[in-house]
Amino acid sequence: MPETVLMPKLGFDMAEGTLVRWVKAEGEAVSKGNVLAEIETDKATVEVESNYSGVVLRHLVEQGAIVPVGEPIAIIGQPGETVDDKTPSPSSPDLVSAVAEVGQSSQEQQPQAVKVTQMDEGPAGRIKASPLARKVAQERGIDLRMVSGSGTGGRITRRDVEAAQIRPVISQAEPQFVERPAVQVPSTAQKPKVEKQPVVLPTWGGVQAHFEDQLIAVDRLRAAIGRRLVEAKQQIPHFYITHEYNVEALLMLRSELNGLLPDDQKLTVNDFLIKAVALALRQYPNINATLEESSIRRHGRIHIGVAVAVQGGLLTVVCKDADQKPLRVISSEVKEMAARARAGKVRPDDIEGSTFSISNLGMYDVEHFVAIINPPETAILAVGSARQVPVVVNGEIKVGTRMLATISADHRVTDGAEAAQFLQAIETFIEKPMYLVM
Amino acid sequence: MARITMREAISQALWEEMERDPNVFIMGQEVGVWGGTYAVTKGFYDHFGPERVKDTPIAEAAIVGGAIGAALTGLRPVAELMTINFAFVAMDHIVNEAAKFHYMFGGQMVLPMVIRTVGGGGRQLGATHSQTPDAIFAHFPGLKVVAPGTPADAKGLLKASIRSNDPVLFIEHATLYQSRGEVPEGDYTVPIGKSVVQRPGKDLTLVTYSKMLEVSTKAADLLSKEGIEVEIVDLRTLRPLDMEPVLESFKKTNRAVVVEEGWKSYGVGSEVAARIYEEAFDYVDAPIKRVAQMEVPLPYNRTLEQIALPKVEDVVTAVKEVLDA
Repeated sequence: MPETVLMPKLGFDMAEGTLVRWVKAEGEAVSKGNVLAEIETDKATVEVESNYSGVVLRHLVEQGAIVPVGEPIAIIGQPGETVDDKTPSPSSPDLVSAVAEVGQSSQEQQPQAVKVTQMDEGPAGRIKASPLARKVAQERGIDLRMVSGSGTGGRITRRDVEAAQIRPVISQAEPQFVERPAVQVPSTAQKPKVEKQPVVLPTWGGVQAHFEDQLIAVDRLRAAIGRRLVEAKQQIPHFYITHEYNVEALLMLRSELNGLLPDDQKLTVNDFLIKAVALALRQYPNINATLEESSIRRHGRIHIGVAVAVQGGLLTVVCKDADQKPLRVISSEVKEMAARARAGKVRPDDIEGSTFSISNLGMYDVEHFVAIINPPETAILAVGSARQVPVVVNGEIKVGTRMLATISADHRVTDGAEAAQFLQAIETFIEKPMYLVM
Repeated sequence: MARITMREAISQALWEEMERDPNVFIMGQEVGVWGGTYAVTKGFYDHFGPERVKDTPIAEAAIVGGAIGAALTGLRPVAELMTINFAFVAMDHIVNEAAKFHYMFGGQMVLPMVIRTVGGGGRQLGATHSQTPDAIFAHFPGLKVVAPGTPADAKGLLKASIRSNDPVLFIEHATLYQSRGEVPEGDYTVPIGKSVVQRPGKDLTLVTYSKMLEVSTKAADLLSKEGIEVEIVDLRTLRPLDMEPVLESFKKTNRAVVVEEGWKSYGVGSEVAARIYEEAFDYVDAPIKRVAQMEVPLPYNRTLEQIALPKVEDVVTAVKEVLDA
């Protein structure tokens, strides 16, 4: 009896996926657990594994096709078995019975069908790609490092680039949560002294260098960000509160702890923040919530989303149960997930289920900024740089180290007073950071 | 349109040109009383007489040398060499005189001459009589090299060759004389130096000419049954080589196979592939493959001869390899 493979649902908001590549051709033998195809969602490229053993009798969709979740994509059977031409093709009326026959809903299929794409990066340096593939990739702004080749010896050909076009372009950009390496002391000595010189009007003989307009296609990630944030900004009544934190103790503790840790395990300021925010959320469960039809769901678990910059967009990796995890576990998990996100290998599990998000632009020397709420969450914390600033201590001006953080919150769920108190709760943990390691 | 053989098409071209222009005459071994080794000039001797249909000794250098002299003094000779293998005997006349006089003497004279000859293997004529040295002749500037693959092109190109003021080496294929095709009615020419798409397709560009057009077409039929549509570009002229239709096709398909009957090394396929790499590099999506004769003197033994020559299956395999590459 031929079995039908359905487009799996790889995330709560996934409505459709692009079948990027058939890994198993028609007629090819396949064992349970073998990778059948690569599928791209708004957020990631994943491999779909077969739940059946046998032979791929038929592909029901072509490479590059966008297929709604739950639609059949392939039929697997025994060698010699024929496929009834009434076999459901996507959107055919027979679809429902076929799904029933296989006895599997797309939901059930989800866990075992999902595996993160492991793309061969090949030896460092040269990428094997045809000249045409290179040209097309350049024209469309596609990073060939992120394209897997189907040609001889893994050569990337035009069809591979076209199939990958909708995949987000990922650079080796640093994640946003990494704070600046050191607090810069603004020094007048660093600034070149401007002497008054006679200023001659430069001659202008017309444009010397011509820079052409570039037309960049909106990829799926860009489109998804746009769609979700338009929705968030239009529907959620945001309000914003900024709070200043004294991070001297935190930086000192961090420096002490990092002195004991190997280089690859060093803690970032953001790791402390995740833990601090998670503990504060335990005290303010209304901020760790989702607005539903006629109720507010206060989540029992606290999953902190951390915005990670990738070229062409950003992804939010999720540190689950951050209130209960030790700081070093938080740190290593976030490091790993962020690395995967930057490499385009993010797992659905990495980016799903956050209940509150942190966006940290501290590394970019940002005083403060405001973020857009990441639905279905109630609030997001936008964190600026730790800066040395003049502070008044006991009536005297001293040099202090301060960091501004701004919460954007959903007024349908919470109010200014509660959000402000929440920010104060965070302050307790940041200014007495030993709480975070206890 | 009449459906006639390649032999009839070539014969008609010669006949019509001789009727049209009294300066056109034929010379070669057995072209007169016997009517031609391949029966192309049957009946010509009786109709046009011994002045215009001249039997010659077995002396290729003399045939080509005589034709050069006639052309220099204003006639339009069509010299026939029984096979292209014998052209080596006349090599100096062909490449050092016919190809160069116009250029070496300040353009004072033109050489409106055609050397008709027969190339190709597959008829068990042995290694020295079965060669396809087309590329050797196409190597020399000053000589036009034409090698048609259909009766219509053969007729139109031969008429154009006879009317051309440059020396033309017109290579017919020994196993194509019986092949049939539609030939337009009336007087027409096919321009020298124009390649043409003989079969439209989208998946891969097959570049070929002469006998290999027939082989490639059969391969294309087989591939079509598997859903692979190749576009066949027939070069028709090897010098001057018209790459435009090849490049245009390649820019569409991004993949190519070049099929020739001669040896692969230093051959037509090498030239075409190199030109594609030079002129359409950014359109290359897979390495270009050459299908050609095995690199051996062509065996006499029928089985071995067939193995050594490029076959339909070779083309099919090469196309699939390039599509999978």
